Amino acid sequence: MEKPQKVLILGSGALKIGEAGEFDYSGSQALKALKEEGIRTILINPNIATVQTSDDIADDVYFLPVTPYFVEEVIKKEQPDGILVAFGGQTALNCAVALYRAGVFEKYNVRVLGTPVQSIIDTEDRDIFKEKLDQIGVLTARSEAVTTMEDALAAAERIGFPIIVRAAFALGGLGSGFANNMDELRTLAQKSFSTSDQILVEESLKGWKEVEYEVVRDQFDNCITVCNMENFDPIGIHTGESIVVAPSQTLSNREYHKLRSIGIKTIRHLGIVGECNIQYALDPHSEEYRVIEVNARLSRSSALASKATGYPLAFVAAKLSLGYSLAELKNSVTQTTSAFFEPSLDYLVVKLPRWDLSKFAGVQRQIGSAMKSVGEVMAIGKTFEEAVQKGLRMLDTGRRGFVANKPEPIDLSDLDTLLSEPNEERIFAINEAFQAGYDVERVYELTRIDRWFLQRLYGIYQLGLQLGEKRQQGGLDALDTDLLRQAKKAGFSDQQLAVQLLGPAEVKANEMLVRARRKALGVLPVVKQIDTLAAEFPAQTNYLYLTYHGTENDLAPETDKSVVVLGSGVYRIGSSVEFDWCGVNAAQTVNEEGYKSIIINYNPETVSTDYDVSDRLYFEELSYERVMDILDFEAPQGVILSTGGQIPNNIATRLEQAGAPILGTAAARIDEAENRHKFSSIMDELGIAQPRWSELTTMEAIYGFVKEVGFPVLIRPSYVLSGAAMNVVSNPQELEEYLKLAVEVSAEYPVVVSEFIQEAKEIELDAVADKGEIVSYAISEHVEFAGVHSGDATMYYPPQRVYVGTVRKLKVIAEKIAKRFEISGPFNIQFLEKNGAIRVIECNLRASRSFPFVSKVSGHNLIKKATKVLLGQHVERDASELVYDLPFVGVKASQFSFTRLQGADPVLRVDMTSTGEVGCLGDTAEEALLKSLLSVGYRIPEKTVLMSSGPLLSKVALLSAAKLLVQKDYTIYATHGTHLFLTENGVASTLVYWPDELQEPNALTYLRERKIDLVINIPKNLTKGELDNDYKIRRTAVDFNIPLITNARLAKAFIKAFTTLKLQDLSIKSWKEFKAQTEPVL
Amino acid sequence: MENAKSVKLVLEDGTEIQGQSFGAFTSAAGEVVFSTAMTGYPENLTDPSFAGQILVLTYPIVGNYGVPGEELYESISKIFESDKIHVAGLVVNYYSEEHSHWNAAKSLGDWLAEYNIPGICGVDTRMLTKKLREKGAMLGKIVAEQDIPMHDPNQDNLVAQVSPEGVQHYGTGKNKIVLVDCGTKTNIIRCFLERDVELIRVPWDYDFTQLDYDGLFLSNGPGDPKMCVPTIEHLQKALQQDKPIFGICLGSQLMGLAAGGDTFKLKYGHRSHNQPVKLTGTQRSYITSQNHGFAVDTATLPAEWDMLFENLNDGTCEGIKHKTKPFFSTQFHPEAAGGPQDTEFLFDQFLDEVEKYKAGK
Repeated sequence: MEKPQKVLILGSGALKIGEAGEFDYSGSQALKALKEEGIRTILINPNIATVQTSDDIADDVYFLPVTPYFVEEVIKKEQPDGILVAFGGQTALNCAVALYRAGVFEKYNVRVLGTPVQSIIDTEDRDIFKEKLDQIGVLTARSEAVTTMEDALAAAERIGFPIIVRAAFALGGLGSGFANNMDELRTLAQKSFSTSDQILVEESLKGWKEVEYEVVRDQFDNCITVCNMENFDPIGIHTGESIVVAPSQTLSNREYHKLRSIGIKTIRHLGIVGECNIQYALDPHSEEYRVIEVNARLSRSSALASKATGYPLAFVAAKLSLGYSLAELKNSVTQTTSAFFEPSLDYLVVKLPRWDLSKFAGVQRQIGSAMKSVGEVMAIGKTFEEAVQKGLRMLDTGRRGFVANKPEPIDLSDLDTLLSEPNEERIFAINEAFQAGYDVERVYELTRIDRWFLQRLYGIYQLGLQLGEKRQQGGLDALDTDLLRQAKKAGFSDQQLAVQLLGPAEVKANEMLVRARRKALGVLPVVKQIDTLAAEFPAQTNYLYLTYHGTENDLAPETDKSVVVLGSGVYRIGSSVEFDWCGVNAAQTVNEEGYKSIIINYNPETVSTDYDVSDRLYFEELSYERVMDILDFEAPQGVILSTGGQIPNNIATRLEQAGAPILGTAAARIDEAENRHKFSSIMDELGIAQPRWSELTTMEAIYGFVKEVGFPVLIRPSYVLSGAAMNVVSNPQELEEYLKLAVEVSAEYPVVVSEFIQEAKEIELDAVADKGEIVSYAISEHVEFAGVHSGDATMYYPPQRVYVGTVRKLKVIAEKIAKRFEISGPFNIQFLEKNGAIRVIECNLRASRSFPFVSKVSGHNLIKKATKVLLGQHVERDASELVYDLPFVGVKASQFSFTRLQGADPVLRVDMTSTGEVGCLGDTAEEALLKSLLSVGYRIPEKTVLMSSGPLLSKVALLSAAKLLVQKDYTIYATHGTHLFLTENGVASTLVYWPDELQEPNALTYLRERKIDLVINIPKNLTKGELDNDYKIRRTAVDFNIPLITNARLAKAFIKAFTTLKLQDLSIKSWKEFKAQTEPVL
Repeated sequence: MENAKSVKLVLEDGTEIQGQSFGAFTSAAGEVVFSTAMTGYPENLTDPSFAGQILVLTYPIVGNYGVPGEELYESISKIFESDKIHVAGLVVNYYSEEHSHWNAAKSLGDWLAEYNIPGICGVDTRMLTKKLREKGAMLGKIVAEQDIPMHDPNQDNLVAQVSPEGVQHYGTGKNKIVLVDCGTKTNIIRCFLERDVELIRVPWDYDFTQLDYDGLFLSNGPGDPKMCVPTIEHLQKALQQDKPIFGICLGSQLMGLAAGGDTFKLKYGHRSHNQPVKLTGTQRSYITSQNHGFAVDTATLPAEWDMLFENLNDGTCEGIKHKTKPFFSTQFHPEAAGGPQDTEFLFDQFLDEVEKYKAGK
């Protein structure tokens, strides 16, 4: 096979539920593999926050939507001779299938490298897939693919209930679910048909074990399985929603190898070249199995398997697609043995999903066959107990492990339901069950989780009790070395020990006592290497973890000067791939400056946890305890914690108190910025305005404060039963309703109330300072007015509508803040501007979410500069302020995953709900905006727009946009008030009724009949009553996959963009081409 | 493992490792070897090739799925690789006292106790493995109450210990195969019986050249192949004829020795389920199950013999074949149990050779 010269790689776009950071990892590895071969690489990926879209990874990057139109345009322009489609998740795969069917690859003579598209189609079309497997006698669940509701019902009749419904060609189980009867099936099928033309009605295998294998095959038919994984939760819970262990724990040798052999046979038959994943259901009472599916591409599981084993699956898959044989490639861990082998683990890993369901009002919390989690963690240990407790802490949800957590109010009468109909808290419900006297058998009956896992959890529970008994016997003094070691081996943290031995108060202080006692008793963790071969051969890489099951460190501390970079931990709403980019850039700069880099992170979906990114990778917790364990061992020159988001920031003070060499801004200053009281008094002292706020503990005080500042106000309770944590209320009734419904107000649970300034611009500053002097900065502007969380907002950089005078004022404020906090390193300030008055909302003395976006658009890498500052290098003030002269604009837009979150109200508000983002470039603001909105799933409407334009202010704001629509021959359907307003202003529209008016033509009917191409729905305010009114429209739009905008400013900008620009007007320019335009300027 | 009794593992280099007892609380000596297989302890422990050895499992959690009950198939075990536990002792990091599996009949600890075999857990098995990797396989002992002397099993004729007493017949298939049992794994027998074979299982030193047969099979077995002097002598006679011969593991080494080549002891052997071997002269490679401490020295093979498979990791000989006659062998285990089943087709190839031989006779 001839090696291609120029290869196009498709990325996966914005992070979304079901498709997250794992594809940054896989794409980056593929690019690395091609680069090594001297192949020119072109990447299409609008996700500007990724590592793969950094300088020097691909030769050319296009920040464009991964859709057939744009990919074809890039192909037309670049004329690549090869394309890789398996490294960008389902987005890339679906796009490739569409292009293949349209004959585009053939037309431009582009060779699809690796698995042929036909094989992909064979795995994606359920009917063909089943038929292919039937040909070789491999069993699949009894199922029928149907395209109409009648056929779906008839198929269910034949197969028998319960059944599972799946949509073909869908990400992470979208549109899937269980149905126990015809009615449930009808509802489910209707929804599935909205995401896919074909759905599958299938026999339910609920309660069977779920097992996966990662299979690699080369074009010479050599085939291996790199890793197998077993789901802790039985079938019925999507593997992305399940706790997963690798390798399998409850499979006998016969079962393990039976499934392995079937996997190899299947993958050979399907003709896959590269990497894929095969999922099985295995009967817990026999060796009966069913193949559930094959993912003919890199997947979340393959990223996990790579990190779990140290086998670089994406890298190897990319090489195989160039025609190499597995035996020709080296095992990159040993550098001496062959890549044709199957890793042997001498540890186990536990993956746990992270949900953020509490961020979504109205969402169904039950977990099941569709994915809802937004991130995951991987914990490594020598036992399940050790790893699972590590993992529960890594989730960063405030849990200390399986036991010794803060008691949560739980309704014991609901316990059985919680166990049998799981939500995201099920594992803790198991602990509650043990406390309530349930034995393993009873929990098994309710959960169908294999008894072996439950036995392990029960062991942790019992050990917790045993430790608790020591509390009466003298606490720490009663603790003997054996019991301590046993507890540490079972994954107990020092904090858990503190709670069990010394009680639930003062946990952090007591943790220090436990730590001291533990060290005095010589109970220390050891450092072990992950080497793919269970120590059979010496390993070259420093991929490390800590365990208490050992007596010897695998290696000595780093002897050269080293710097530790703390990673960003689990991806959740508000913190994801952008911080991984920051961490990777920091580590690279550390190396460039002549230090050894040591990364601590535990997120398997990241590039920073690739062991070749740093000199040493500790795949470990980012807790005070574990970070100190590593610092004690390594004794580095410095620790960087300002590039990893909030998790490292949270332990800054304690690390500094323990004498850790924290680089950059002092922990005391970080604390002053994080503590709202301290921060406010400093702002007062500097004469910088803030929106007025107060922390209040009684209802009277709240009413008093509101009287003073006036409505609307932003309310932030510290204790919330359910629903959104923050809200804006506009009148006394709303205030009362909100406080009554959602919140407890007391000295223990105070409420923060802030003045809410309407129609204010939100502006952000990302910057780097050196000993209090700013050396580089970037100012960006939100499209939406303040009131939309900055993580959800759409951003222009450079700003488009901010006065030069305002910029000057911002800069002065930023300089004052930098000086006062003696900032050395990265920081971010959020401002409000209205009528020339500027207020500071908050200040983070760390890198922010927008660092990669502004760094890439401006060409000034803020993290590299910040890291140099942290390492004590002198950094000259740069020309970043000349960014106004940039001849192009960057727009960052947010990706929402509401389609996956059944029931959630898809409305923008003060609490963040987006799961990802993109950043696109354009010669004009409109062009950049349109490209980025198309990248996050919006489509230019064809003919019709449904408008409910909310309060008068937004009705007025949208009037000009409505006129533009009419001019461009769009039909506007409007609900009552909007229709009236438009008519009064001479804009034609057709009246449709509100859902609750139960009258035709009804908005809901039009949505369901797909008569509407775009929905603009602006809530009058964010009170429950108002939201309920519109909810049905918004939710139906989302469920039927119709683009929805809930913010007037964004709607206006979008309408302006698509009415002035056609798709064909959007320039197909690479990042380098945009940059080339700037060279004379910056 | 609270309240477990304390035991220690002592190595010939003086290393002493404290741990907790499971299985039989007794002392045992042998050669300490490690296996990196992640599953298959019931198969491993009953594999006669482990006779005399104290087995260290690198996978840190052992005992999870218990031990199945015995079932018979054609008078041989359906489940296990022989009729008893052959290892001298078992060393693990963490022993899972509770187990969970639909076909488990007992726990691993109870099973070991039944055969009076000691287990030790709570051991840093990675540290131990690295030591064995660096210094080579070592003698060692698990010491309970009673200290015992070291014992080198390679000085014993282990094959004589594990080989059966008399001749046994299985099946009524069309091809008559003689299986020279130097400590065969029962899955080899199962593999033949699934393939229309009449099997004559003979002891290691039995003069099979007197028998009427269509093909000859040489089994795996423990220890140094050079101990099997009578087997080699009988084999040399068979090599003079044209009847197909297939050898596995020790059988491969015996074939090499009978052909005139030499064998040597590997530093720490291959004991795992993930050994990559390449079919010489092709792009085809296979993942194999292995358990051996000795290997054929390819350089010493006579001119009419070739290396058939090569280990991709260390280049050692993974099988040999005669250039013209239907004689071949594998150092790995095509019958698996435990481990990958990717090379089971070699049994078919052997039987094809037998058919060809019969047709041409």
